[in-house]
Amino acid sequence: MRPSNEPFWWAMFGAGGMITALLLPVLIILTGFVVPAGGVEFSQLDTLFNNPLVRLIILGVAFLSFFHAAHRIRHTLKDLGLRSVATPLAVLCYAAALAGTIWAAMVVL
Amino acid sequence: MTTETMTVTLEVFRYHPDTDSEPSYQSYEVPYREEWVVLDALNWLKDEVDGTLSYRWSCRMGVCGSCGMMVNGYPRLTCNAFLREFMPGPIRVEPLRGFPVERDMVTVLDDFMEKLTDVKPYIIREEEQSLDDGEYLQSPSQLADFKQFSMCINCTLCYAACPVYEHEDEFLGPAVLALAQRYNLDSRDQGNEQRQQLIWADEGIWDCTFVGECSAVCPKDVDPAAAIQQAKVEATNNFFISLLPFTPPGMGR
Repeated sequence: MRPSNEPFWWAMFGAGGMITALLLPVLIILTGFVVPAGGVEFSQLDTLFNNPLVRLIILGVAFLSFFHAAHRIRHTLKDLGLRSVATPLAVLCYAAALAGTIWAAMVVL
Repeated sequence: MTTETMTVTLEVFRYHPDTDSEPSYQSYEVPYREEWVVLDALNWLKDEVDGTLSYRWSCRMGVCGSCGMMVNGYPRLTCNAFLREFMPGPIRVEPLRGFPVERDMVTVLDDFMEKLTDVKPYIIREEEQSLDDGEYLQSPSQLADFKQFSMCINCTLCYAACPVYEHEDEFLGPAVLALAQRYNLDSRDQGNEQRQQLIWADEGIWDCTFVGECSAVCPKDVDPAAAIQQAKVEATNNFFISLLPFTPPGMGR
């Protein structure tokens, strides 16, 4: 049996799951609810998000979240019956995650 | 109606490949007894009504792992599934899902047995220590590392519950991976590397998508899903360590 490259994707999936669970709810509540409700001034958030380190962290969150989602979608579709196209499916999912990451980099950096 | 006169309907999967072109279900009325399990009802049927009914059983006490069947669509040891759980019935009894059927509820276990043998589920020593040196000693915490995985009775209920095994012929499956992990975690064993090639392949741990039904149906409270997750962590650590140009202290490959 050939060695698997799955540890790499699974590590991305695991890291993405952790970061998604910890940071995404905070970001959603902050940008989606707290700022519109006036709890935090937009200018304060603007200052924070203009910090290069914060931008890099946001990009990291986007990158890992995309790869987490790609891995989950890939395996769910495989479990749902797309076993015969497992390889193209994997390529498609991870390429979409990569495209998402590049898009996030263009927006954030 | 007293329990002495009560009956329950058993819908039993029937298939004799030499005479039947396809499987069918046969309904039987069997006496209901509060203390009867599904296996008692099947034994009554075989003794009193239809001697051609075929199924495996042996110990009647949840130890031998022979009498696993689908009871109302769920993998159960029939010696451990009371009729009273399923009243008023009917109770559908079928062979374990995911395996070829030899006859009635008797499944073909060759694939499972081959895979079990492949992972070498026994203690492997590079060199046996001399008998004069006494036993291989083990601390309680070293025992605790693997003990729950050693409770497996090879009943294959976890295979019937696993949606991946049903569709992926090459997948080693829950019990085999849990038993491989049981020996890998044993402080007396040195066979880790021999098992790695097999269990770290796509067809080993990586086909598992952590559905977790294997652990839910296990009659011995073994947690194969956890064994597979532990092995995934080890395989991933090893994967990244092997990319380094050096081996970090204390982290063997």
